[in-house]
Amino acid sequence: MPLRLSLFRGNKAMPDPSFLLLQSLNGLTYAMFLFLIASGLSLIFGILGILNFAHGSLYMLGAYFTQQFVSLFIDAPGQFWWAVLFASLTIAAIGAVIERFFLSHLYAREELYQLLFTYALVLILADFAKIIWGTGQFSVSRPALLKGAVPILDQFFPTYNVVIIFLGPCIAFTFWFTLLRTRWGRKIRAAALDREMLSSLGVHVNRLFTVVFFIGAWMAGLGGALVSPVSAIVPGMDVEVIINAFIVVVIGGLGSFWGTFLGSLIVGQVYALGILVFPRLSLAFIYVLMALVLIIRPWGLLGRPLQR
Amino acid sequence: MILGVEKARKSFDGFVAINGVSFSLQKGEICSIIGPNGAGKTTLFNLITGHLRIDEGKLIFKDQDITNRRPYQICRLGVGRSFQRTNIFPRLTVYQNIQAAVLVHRGRSFTFFQPVDSFFRKETEEILGRVGLKEYGETVSGSLSYGFQKQLELGIALASEPELLLLDEPTAGMSTQETHQTMELIGKITREKGLTLLFTEHDMEVVFSISQRIMVLHQGRLIAEGTPEEVRRNPEVQKVYLGEGR
Amino acid sequence: MSKENWVPLLFIFLLLCIPLTESRFYVFLGTDILIFGLFAVSLNLLLGYTGLVSFGHATYFGIGAYTCAILMKKASVPFPLAFAAAGALGGISALIIGFFCVRLTKVYFAMLTLAFSQIVWAMAFKWNSLTGGDNGFVGVPFPQFLDSKVLFYYFTLGVVAGSLFLLRKVVNSPFGRILTTIRENPERTEFIGIHVKLFQLVAFMISGVFAAMAGALFGIFNHSVFPDILFWPASAEVLIMTLLGGIYSFFGPIVGAAVLLFVRMQVTSYTEHWPVILGFTLAFLLFFFPGGIMGFLQARIARPGGNR
Repeated sequence: MPLRLSLFRGNKAMPDPSFLLLQSLNGLTYAMFLFLIASGLSLIFGILGILNFAHGSLYMLGAYFTQQFVSLFIDAPGQFWWAVLFASLTIAAIGAVIERFFLSHLYAREELYQLLFTYALVLILADFAKIIWGTGQFSVSRPALLKGAVPILDQFFPTYNVVIIFLGPCIAFTFWFTLLRTRWGRKIRAAALDREMLSSLGVHVNRLFTVVFFIGAWMAGLGGALVSPVSAIVPGMDVEVIINAFIVVVIGGLGSFWGTFLGSLIVGQVYALGILVFPRLSLAFIYVLMALVLIIRPWGLLGRPLQR
Repeated sequence: MILGVEKARKSFDGFVAINGVSFSLQKGEICSIIGPNGAGKTTLFNLITGHLRIDEGKLIFKDQDITNRRPYQICRLGVGRSFQRTNIFPRLTVYQNIQAAVLVHRGRSFTFFQPVDSFFRKETEEILGRVGLKEYGETVSGSLSYGFQKQLELGIALASEPELLLLDEPTAGMSTQETHQTMELIGKITREKGLTLLFTEHDMEVVFSISQRIMVLHQGRLIAEGTPEEVRRNPEVQKVYLGEGR
Repeated sequence: MSKENWVPLLFIFLLLCIPLTESRFYVFLGTDILIFGLFAVSLNLLLGYTGLVSFGHATYFGIGAYTCAILMKKASVPFPLAFAAAGALGGISALIIGFFCVRLTKVYFAMLTLAFSQIVWAMAFKWNSLTGGDNGFVGVPFPQFLDSKVLFYYFTLGVVAGSLFLLRKVVNSPFGRILTTIRENPERTEFIGIHVKLFQLVAFMISGVFAAMAGALFGIFNHSVFPDILFWPASAEVLIMTLLGGIYSFFGPIVGAAVLLFVRMQVTSYTEHWPVILGFTLAFLLFFFPGGIMGFLQARIARPGGNR
């Protein structure tokens, strides 16, 4: 787990309720980061039908670029937020380039080829990060305003995390509102329902796909950018996060927006509290949950049931 | 009675596609189902062959209740089908396409250690000849022209030696000449083998020339049924299908 | 017919001669190629022949490796029995896992295979008392009658050649032909009277048995088994080998394994940036050579005066 979750070492009596609350809040914070990546993943899957393995890599690059921009904008006011903006947009641009110049040529092929291409990207992007930034660990300091901590019962919870917890649903609502109300949003929703219809209606499907990928990548980059102050920026964070993102979209329902939100909350809490309840089984538990959902209800909690 | 459909009902997300359809087919009949686009013809076929779950109603084939049986079970009982969009095995050769169906029909699908090429050569060649694809045996089926692919589809359906044959728009996309040839072929095979034939079509000439009985489907209900003449004169059919004041 | 037979026989003859070069390097490489070749061919039964994209094939490789190693070291079971048990356990787990997986299609199928593979990985990682956890299971005894690397090489060659012979028979049989119709068109196959899911499950089981056998050989060969052979990139790696060699050819996957292992060995002796090279190679393959090496060769041979 990337967040500095303190492990409950004693196992005698019931853990202290304020400690439990804190763990839960940590899980909630993690859930917001997961939500950002997973919603991008879900969007791309819903519209393009591609499960993007490289989404975790985009998240990782978001963190790396943020770190880079922060050191570039040193001593500038609001340096952190500018860095977040620039970094996430950079990642969005990278995503658009990948879709436009490479992925789009594979649409006619079978899904396996698209999937494996995204995996090739994972390999390439991970090594690029190593080449550019080396294998050491980076971190970014929290913006000055948010450096403190908030008292919760008798413990302290970082202010930055509180902001993230509120920021998450805000971004979610903005996103959902955009999908519902704007012209582009309507096109995207229509595309999710029937791609072929759309192109026969004269909509520029290719451009639409690039926009979708841009948005999805932007979400991942944003997630990585925002996580940079609370988590170590290190090689391997791409692999770890993508699996969790997969779990989130499976549980919530591939292609379902609110499902992704719900799934993130669930996975976040399982990670935060699971380690307290079943420490030995906690590693397997999240995968068991994923398998159970796929077996019992493959379309996830809020997805559309598959027809027979 | 070879096929019985009793009060069949199917809806999708609230949209009622098939609304209480009942009819029966006698052995050896040649029957067609017509109706405007979206009337539910393919849905009805999918219900009969088990590709879709029926919501309410019963399906009976040769005195057996086949309601909600799986497609492979229904096929084995003696129902053959061709699909609206050509449904073949594109990377296999024409010969292999047909041979596969023969293999299954003759119960050799679970054979693990004998080379497949030697199986049922004669039977496969015979079917190839019957559907007019004898020279194309070694052609990769995906590269065939549309018309030939449709013939291959027919061949695959016939290889299971069905008693009831369901054909979903067998002449769709064909020229007049191809249509004639195909319907002649189908007619010949049906008579030779004593098959019961149920098909859907948009080409009215085909429908009225070959059918012994016609059923008209509109918005999921059977609005008319009878001989071609009876159907042609039915005022409701005329309204729905052929436009008012004809 | 005989043309298809004497090429592999020629290769077997060449492979028999390798130890005569007195080079430890080639004997090691040869054993590795044979093991992963069998692993890849077992995957291809699912991928190339049945059209099932499994993202968790490493599960059975790992189960085979751990079973054989644990039985031999902890229970002092003689090698032939442990080897047979490994294969059997691979088949049984494939039966159980496959039962749930074949009920799904495409992406959901792939995700469930991934979920199960992660569950098994988590079990191997955490079950310290049985598997040694992430420290690995070490000190696996070498079977007494095979006490040299050369002897083990010949043994591996025999097992792999025999397995390939069997698999080839299965693939060219009526059962194998039905698998290809399932790949081409599962809906149509259902309506020529085939219980498609049953056939997919049987294919899944068979491939699990042979993957486990390859894994058992691997564990013995390396004197140790580590959980990372169960981690999902291992499944991705064997997918890449299979694709590289050509999924529509029986021997393709072995060619792919050989090329990948050889190239990796060469590249990693010069640079640590093997992942980026692998990524670019994979991408290149996906775009320009979807039929893999064998696909490319077969097209080349067919062209001059070809009768296709």
